[in-house]
Amino acid sequence: MAQSDTDVDHTAHGQSMGLLRVLGPAHVWALGVGIVLVGEYMGWNFAVGKGGAYAALIACWFAGILYSCVAMIDSEVTSTVAAAGGQYTQAKHIIGPLMAFNVGLYLVFAYTMLEAGNAITLGFLVDTVAGMTGHEGGLDQRPFIVLAIMFLAWLNYRGVLATLTFNLVITAIAFCAIITIFLATSPLLGAGEMLHKDLMSGQASLPYGWLGILAAMHFGLWYYLGIEGTTQAAEEVRSPARSLPFGTLAGIMTLLIAATLTWYICSGLMPWEYLGDGVNGAVAPLFSAAQISGSSALVWLLGIGTLFATLASANGCINDASRAWFSMGRDHYLPAWFGAVHPVYRTPYRAIIFLVPIALIFALGAPLDQVITFSILSGLLGYTFMPINMIMFRKKWPLDTIKRGYEHPLHPLPAISLMALCSVTYFAVFLGYGTQLIAMIGFYIVVSLWFHFWRYRFVKRADQFTMPWPRPRGY
Amino acid sequence: MDTWNYIEYGAWALSALFGLLIVIDWIKIDTTYTEEMLTSSREGVLEAMTEKHKLEGGDGTI
Repeated sequence: MAQSDTDVDHTAHGQSMGLLRVLGPAHVWALGVGIVLVGEYMGWNFAVGKGGAYAALIACWFAGILYSCVAMIDSEVTSTVAAAGGQYTQAKHIIGPLMAFNVGLYLVFAYTMLEAGNAITLGFLVDTVAGMTGHEGGLDQRPFIVLAIMFLAWLNYRGVLATLTFNLVITAIAFCAIITIFLATSPLLGAGEMLHKDLMSGQASLPYGWLGILAAMHFGLWYYLGIEGTTQAAEEVRSPARSLPFGTLAGIMTLLIAATLTWYICSGLMPWEYLGDGVNGAVAPLFSAAQISGSSALVWLLGIGTLFATLASANGCINDASRAWFSMGRDHYLPAWFGAVHPVYRTPYRAIIFLVPIALIFALGAPLDQVITFSILSGLLGYTFMPINMIMFRKKWPLDTIKRGYEHPLHPLPAISLMALCSVTYFAVFLGYGTQLIAMIGFYIVVSLWFHFWRYRFVKRADQFTMPWPRPRGY
Repeated sequence: MDTWNYIEYGAWALSALFGLLIVIDWIKIDTTYTEEMLTSSREGVLEAMTEKHKLEGGDGTI
């Protein structure tokens, strides 16, 4: 077996084959925003259906506060835990193994289900394009669903730099498409076709009252779901303490702008009854807005934007799910076989391969709304862990014990706000998907019991803590 | 049968190609390198070399 010096890291611990540190802050931005931006192109408008356009705007901003707290908390903790696995690794160091196992599963399921949802959407988009070009009888969507997953898995397998550079380009195009349609339709530069006053007055202002606002919070998450995925790049960025907070915080700012502009454009062009029906009405509201504008250039641009946003999201999800799975394998929380790194491409190749058939099964065999609900609920459970994690982190390792790349302000206010907003969102989700919520919590309880009574005996307890942290205060 | 039907077949073919590329490389790597080498990655190794966190009034590390 021939090996060059570039294949291995020579470290104080001997030789090891690790992931490559080749990413910069722009890639971190592309990873976070890339996963999320599809939520601006489709899905968020179900919030309009739940409570009208004003309810969707309030949900957009409250969810924006929730995710700003997530981004700030993640930025501080991850700037000190520069390892793959993101919140899983944070939980392992700060809370304990059972929480870490659960958080790892939340991450893998949230991202793999979202990847499956994106692939289903991509198949639908290709079918729509075929219909628009005169194809009759509908298209078999399966080959396009499978191709999306296989191509992106191959790209991820071949290396993280190419994968996230690809994400950077297509995410930037999708974001610029939103800015372009805003400029073209708003009174600032364009024709000023907005009809907010007519479309949002009287009964249309808040059709279901304050309960509608609460119900809209469920789909308010769509505007930002996945920004926390930036932390999975921690082991592959050149300067984690600088790049991760910079990329994550720039990402949430981008999304706050994109979400508000998207709401403004769509609610000013479509009545809430049509906009809020994401199945038979505005399936892809920004694309529908482009069609209403009458500009064929905008229709093309937003069509491409929708396609790119979907691809970028699936791509980022493969990246993040595989890093979480790989980290759990490396720590023996799962079979160590999954903790392998490709000696040439330096990617967690077995984790990438293992998750491909799982994504395919869900993409080809499960309905979109169930797949997405499973993803949202797994994400929400992960957000609930974050405030607990943050409070324990500051208590065990105060500011003067570990050097942070970023210190989030007003602690513990963001952690408390995040917990309060998570509680509101649980109630909102319970209103619409109570059975799924209970079934999923039941699932995580069962796997926790399996981990506690069986799997934990295989974990090498000392080996999993290799970060050069000081002892926690009080220990 | 129109262009879109041919595109469907093309998508199946490309999917199979990407799958094949991954599987061939996977087998090649797993048969060329030892399991020890492939699973030798350790968390935080780079940081262990470059960073030292100090406790206030002490220097204990985990």
